[in-house]
Amino acid sequence: MPFLNNLFGNLQDLISSWLAGFLPQWGVDLAMMAITTVALLAFLVVVVMYLTYLERKVLGRIADRPGPNRVGPLGLFQPFADVLKLIIKEATTPQGVDYPTYILAPILIVAPALLVYAVIPFGPRMVPTDINVALLFVVAISSVATLALLMGGWGSGNKYSLLGGMRAVAQMISYELPLAFAFLGVVLVTGSLSLVKIVEGQPGYPLALAQPIGFLIALICVVAESNRAPFDLPEAESELVAGYHTEYGGVRFAMFFLAEYIEMFTGSAMVALLFLGGWRGPILPPYVWMLIKVYAVLFFMFWLRGTFPRLRVDQLMGLSWKFLLPLGMVNVIVMAFIDKLHLPGGFLPGLAASIVILAVAGGVVRIGRRSPAVRTARPGLRVKEA
Amino acid sequence: MLRTETLSINMGPQHPSTHGVFRMVLTLDGERVVDLVPHFGYLHRGIEKLAEGRTYLQNVPFTDRLDYISGMSNNLAYALAVEKLAGMGPMPERAEYLRVIMAELTRLANHCVAIGFLLNDLGAFFTPVLYCLRQREYIVDLFEMASGSRMTPSYIRPGGVAGDVPPEFLPAVRKLLAQMPSFIDQLDQLLTGNEILMARMQGVGVLPPERAVALGVTGPLLRASGVPYDVRTAEPYSVYGQLDFDVVTEQGQDAYARYLVRIGEMRQSVRILEQALARLPEGPVMAEGVKRIRPPAGEAYARIEAPKGELGFYLVSDGTPNPYRYHIRATSLANLGALRDMCIGHLVADVVIILGSIDITLGEVDR
Amino acid sequence: MSESDTISRLQAALPDARVQPVEGAKDPTFLVEGDLLQAAAWLRAEGGYDFLSSVTGVDRGDHFEVVYHLYRTQGGGPLVLKVAGPWEKAEVPSLVGVWPAAELQEREAYDLLGITFLGHPDPRRILLWEGFPGHPLRRSFENKTFAHAEMRATMTSDEVPHAEN
Repeated sequence: MPFLNNLFGNLQDLISSWLAGFLPQWGVDLAMMAITTVALLAFLVVVVMYLTYLERKVLGRIADRPGPNRVGPLGLFQPFADVLKLIIKEATTPQGVDYPTYILAPILIVAPALLVYAVIPFGPRMVPTDINVALLFVVAISSVATLALLMGGWGSGNKYSLLGGMRAVAQMISYELPLAFAFLGVVLVTGSLSLVKIVEGQPGYPLALAQPIGFLIALICVVAESNRAPFDLPEAESELVAGYHTEYGGVRFAMFFLAEYIEMFTGSAMVALLFLGGWRGPILPPYVWMLIKVYAVLFFMFWLRGTFPRLRVDQLMGLSWKFLLPLGMVNVIVMAFIDKLHLPGGFLPGLAASIVILAVAGGVVRIGRRSPAVRTARPGLRVKEA
Repeated sequence: MLRTETLSINMGPQHPSTHGVFRMVLTLDGERVVDLVPHFGYLHRGIEKLAEGRTYLQNVPFTDRLDYISGMSNNLAYALAVEKLAGMGPMPERAEYLRVIMAELTRLANHCVAIGFLLNDLGAFFTPVLYCLRQREYIVDLFEMASGSRMTPSYIRPGGVAGDVPPEFLPAVRKLLAQMPSFIDQLDQLLTGNEILMARMQGVGVLPPERAVALGVTGPLLRASGVPYDVRTAEPYSVYGQLDFDVVTEQGQDAYARYLVRIGEMRQSVRILEQALARLPEGPVMAEGVKRIRPPAGEAYARIEAPKGELGFYLVSDGTPNPYRYHIRATSLANLGALRDMCIGHLVADVVIILGSIDITLGEVDR
Repeated sequence: MSESDTISRLQAALPDARVQPVEGAKDPTFLVEGDLLQAAAWLRAEGGYDFLSSVTGVDRGDHFEVVYHLYRTQGGGPLVLKVAGPWEKAEVPSLVGVWPAAELQEREAYDLLGITFLGHPDPRRILLWEGFPGHPLRRSFENKTFAHAEMRATMTSDEVPHAEN
């Protein structure tokens, strides 16, 4: 068990000591960095490929159908077929595009998505670099994807793509703030921005129990950040607007696709690290626990996609600014109080306070909403009477 | 104030959510719809003209292809019109009960499709569609058993029905009816209380009752605006007069109310089916001597409560075996008259939902 | 109140409308030889016939007829109204002001039969393209298939302003 637990740590030591045999120290460091990067990228790519497969299987099962089951046993080679199809497609460039923006957008959306994995730990010694502002790093770098969306929308030279891109940007910006507040609640308790220390600083129970509001907000915002249903308005085809990635084909589209799934994985990883206890858990090695928790959150995301209809753009923004943000702020204040007062009972004070806050919030929402019986549309212009 | 221009946008005729080849030209002020002009006719096949060259019996297959989702109902409306025109007496009882059974099964199938595809437009990734289509599969299997064809049965004909149902039909219907209520409950549980669904459909596409009646709108659209008008009770045809059911009415006037009306109608259909099955008598299924239909000169108009609303056939005869004039009062055409009123003032995203809640089939609109 | 009672009251109230019952019809049918608009408005307001089910035209060879089927949402009907006229002057007042339901169905009667409805707010063809030669449902129309080139050649309007892209 201890061997398995420290598997990657031991591997690291093994390789670096072997390299030290014939390389100077800076060479060893450089080589280790290179190996880590390559290993991480390979892991991510395989994970994302099979994430698409898993999603289609889960969605299929929710809809009472089998999902991919043709390509290979149980359809396991489906991702290879998808990737191959995307790669061999002709990458057409429409005529009215702004070429530098158009070409940079897919690159700029994948790069930050991959970059955050430099600081995400999968186990106590399994993080490429453990900087002490890791959480800030993740949030900041993820925001660059917003710029890339706008570039994709604008560079396409298509009015509807621009509208779709702008909507996507509005959505992503709106959901970053409540996410930051949710994360802030955890940082208060664990006292550090470093992801490794956050996990280590957590008490024996998952913080989702002590800060359920933060957990729920984080879940919702993470789904919204990766443009997943029910927040996938920017990519919806049954709406009028075409979406920011319509003019992209082949490998360029694959980049957008890749970025979306990587962001899903990142979001799930952050929720697992901050609210579900990270890699902590009995018996099994830490990285296995981490993966279990991440996949649990991912399954939740697939479940949401298969069940809920889509929110309209004004409802989406309303949800974030009028509900999640105030809730997040109240949550931080209350959690700060509870933490400083050192109340006994583990997670119970936090849980109780959260239930009270949610009840109050629910009451406020109900008062603010008119009765559903008859709500007329905004008058707008009068109908021409025949 | 800023002087803004309105934007003209074209939706369709190829569009994933327009339920057929239907085109709308929207005039937008920002995101709000200021005007809507529907264009259809892409599926116009000239059925009314073609019918003048064929005998009354040969026109039955044309009726399947009107609202192709609910084939049996169209057959029934046409059969009633021809029977009225020809002055045929009462049909054999078994035929009448079989007609009612088929009509109500059609209503179930149609509402399954309507609800499923409305949710597809809302973005619920295919799950409700597939659940509803699975139920519809059971129903169209029954149609295939009875008539040989799933979607275009041509089963209900002037004089009765084409042939008696095979012996495995009735047990299969009973089996379906046993599990249908739990399916409707499942759908209800999944969808009716869903926050997002309610937020997207409540207050969307409001149609006040006086306007609905003035526009000649019928079916779930009318009943969701609070007008309890159902042809099955207003002018009972076939054996509906002897069956016990409620007319489902909602007061919400919006898309959500229409959805609720359809769910309610599905439950009522199950109720009607159970009664019809219990009372189904033995006997012939086709009236005597209905080989060559040559009605005396005159005209007749017969209407039924098709799943989408009131479907009427206006037939004029000049004593020959072919109809002199064959007109179809199309449900969806009349319901489309309300589209513009309902969409003005709403956002673009709502137009798709309103169209889905009206539930049109272009085969009927264009004929 | 039965249909014939309603019509008696109508005949008393609006003698100008000159409403005559049509014998031998299966549903209560009445021919309006005078002012149709007045009769229709009266039927809606006083008779309570608020639901117009169907508007259609019939080509009777030497003359045309327009047939209206009316019902009451409170229960009652059908009441069938007819107007007739010669083909040389195929004009009928539009009833859109009384029953907005007539709008689309009158356009269809115009499109397929060529009956003009005076006062209709949107007198365009509805199912066929603008510029279609003739009116198909007339008995004199020779049914045929239109090749695409011929269709394009006869199209007179490009009614949709193409959205700029």
